[in-house]
Formats: sequence, C-alpha cells, structure tokens
Amino acid sequence: MYKIAVMGDYDSIYGFATLGLDTFPVQDSQEAAQILNRLAESQYGIVYMTEGCAAGIEHEVLKYQEQLSPAIILIPGIAGNTGKGIENVKKSVEQAVGSDILFAQNS
Amino acid sequence: MASTTVNPTRMELTRLKKKLVTATRGHKLLKDKRDELMRQYLDLVRENMEVRVRVEKGIRSANTNFVIAKAGMSEEILHTALMAPKQEIYLKPSKKNVMSVDIPVYEYSTRTADANDIYSYGFAFTSGDLDGAVQSLSDILPDMMRLAECEKACQLMAAEIERTRRRVNALEHVIIPETKKNIKYITMKLDENERSTQIRLMKVKDMMLEEAHKYSER
Repeated sequence: MYKIAVMGDYDSIYGFATLGLDTFPVQDSQEAAQILNRLAESQYGIVYMTEGCAAGIEHEVLKYQEQLSPAIILIPGIAGNTGKGIENVKKSVEQAVGSDILFAQNS
Repeated sequence: MASTTVNPTRMELTRLKKKLVTATRGHKLLKDKRDELMRQYLDLVRENMEVRVRVEKGIRSANTNFVIAKAGMSEEILHTALMAPKQEIYLKPSKKNVMSVDIPVYEYSTRTADANDIYSYGFAFTSGDLDGAVQSLSDILPDMMRLAECEKACQLMAAEIERTRRRVNALEHVIIPETKKNIKYITMKLDENERSTQIRLMKVKDMMLEEAHKYSER
C-alpha cells in the first residue's frame, strides 16, 4: 500500500498530519534532497512539497518528473504563494505545444 | 547531400523504396498519435489549472485558519494536539494507458471510516478554531488528490508529446525527403547507365559492320 508525504517547513505542513498524511519537516535544501530521495525509494506515491522547499532542490524534483511515481506536487506554504506551481503548469504546456497558448493572457 | 554515399544499385533502390513506404506510414501514424495526445492533453491541462487554482486557494484559507487557531492557544498544546494523528491515508495507485503513455490513477482509502477521526485530540484544551482549520484542510483533500493525478499525467504527456513531435518532424523534414532524393538519384543513375550501355552497343555494332563489310549504316 502506498502512502502520501508532505514536505516543507514545519509551520506550513503540520496540519496535514491530522488528515493522515505523513509530514516531513525540513530545514534546508540538503536535508530536503535527502528526504525526497528516500521517499522516492520507499512506498510514497504522492509527495506534496511547499514551493519554498522545492525552490532549493529543483534539480532533484526534475529528476522525478518523467517517472510515474512519485508525483511531486507543489503547494503554497504559509509564507504565501510564489506562483511556482502555476508556472510549472504553464511550462508543461510550453513543452508540449511549443508555446503557452492557453494561459498566456491570464498572467 | 547524402547522395555521395549511396550505392546506385537495384538492390539499394528496392531497399530505399521499402524504407520510404515504412517512413511514410510511420509518419502518418505518429502524426495521428501526436494529434490525439495533444487533444487529450489540452483537456487535461485545463482541468489541471482549474484544480490547482482551487487547491491553492483552499490551502491559503486553511493556512489562515491554522494561524488563527495557533494564536488562540499555546504552542505546546498545539503540538501535543497534533502529535499523534488518528487517521491514516492509504493510496492505491494504478495506471491508465492513454496513447501509450502510462498516467497514474489514484484511489485512496482512510484507515477508519469515521470522518471525525481527523480530530486527533481532546476538545478540552484546544481552541475551536483548530477544528475549523483541520476541517478546511480536510475539505480540500479530494481536490489535492485530483491535482496530483492531473498534474503528473500532464507532465508525463507533455514529455511524450515533445518526443513524438520530434520524431514526426525528423521523419517529415529529414528522413522522407532524403530517401526520396536518394531514390531519384539512383533511378537517374540507373537510367543513365542503361542509356550508356545502349549507346555502347550501337557503337560496337557500327564498328563490327564497318569491319566486316566496309559498310556504314549511316
């Protein structure tokens, strides 16, 4: 049975523990990369990650992008929305279509 | 271009003709695949955007609720309240094949059926705002699961579309024109060879007539 993890700074993610998701508070990007690699090897199907946490380990996040599991999903942290999540969706449209034809006018 | 390396033989010509047929068919199939993938991708990515906006809004309001809850009680009590969660979520991932791309489908189940098990604390020492905050987070969980499904599928499909597009372009603009050019080159060369053989024969005939009968056809 797979599980779901949430990574980020403690203040942003402690609430998710009540829902039954496994929370992994991280301090710095090195620790985050280690935890992410460990989670990917064990039985975690989805990893929710705060945008702030993902900003330091983009390389690691990209590594798992073309694998079926785990799905790394960015969520806004308590510090606010950096727009990174939406930007990633736009980037994927750009990758597929060649240019952002869907959401370009919204930005 | 590449014609310098082509062997102008009948065997090579047959091989190239076969290659052209395969390439044309492959090109058509890949183009169809790309178009269909693109159609499905665009639907999916629109949904992805919608769900993402909803989730981000939900998380923002949940975060606000948590801050308010935190303000109403001491940090120690909050930590203790959330220390041992009662509920657990299990994920059953399966996959669906969309135009040869495996996209994930997530089914999730909770350890207990009781919806109130998200409150892992006694109500005596915690503020009521915490209940609201936990509830608001719990409300966006289905959306978050859908977001994970959509976003992963979009990433995988985008990568596949890019790969397919490259292949289609390579076939359309490099392989097919080059093969056509080579076929033309070989045909011309063979025709030319045939003509030169014919002329040579005519010349030989002339020479033999001349020698035997001192007679020229012309």
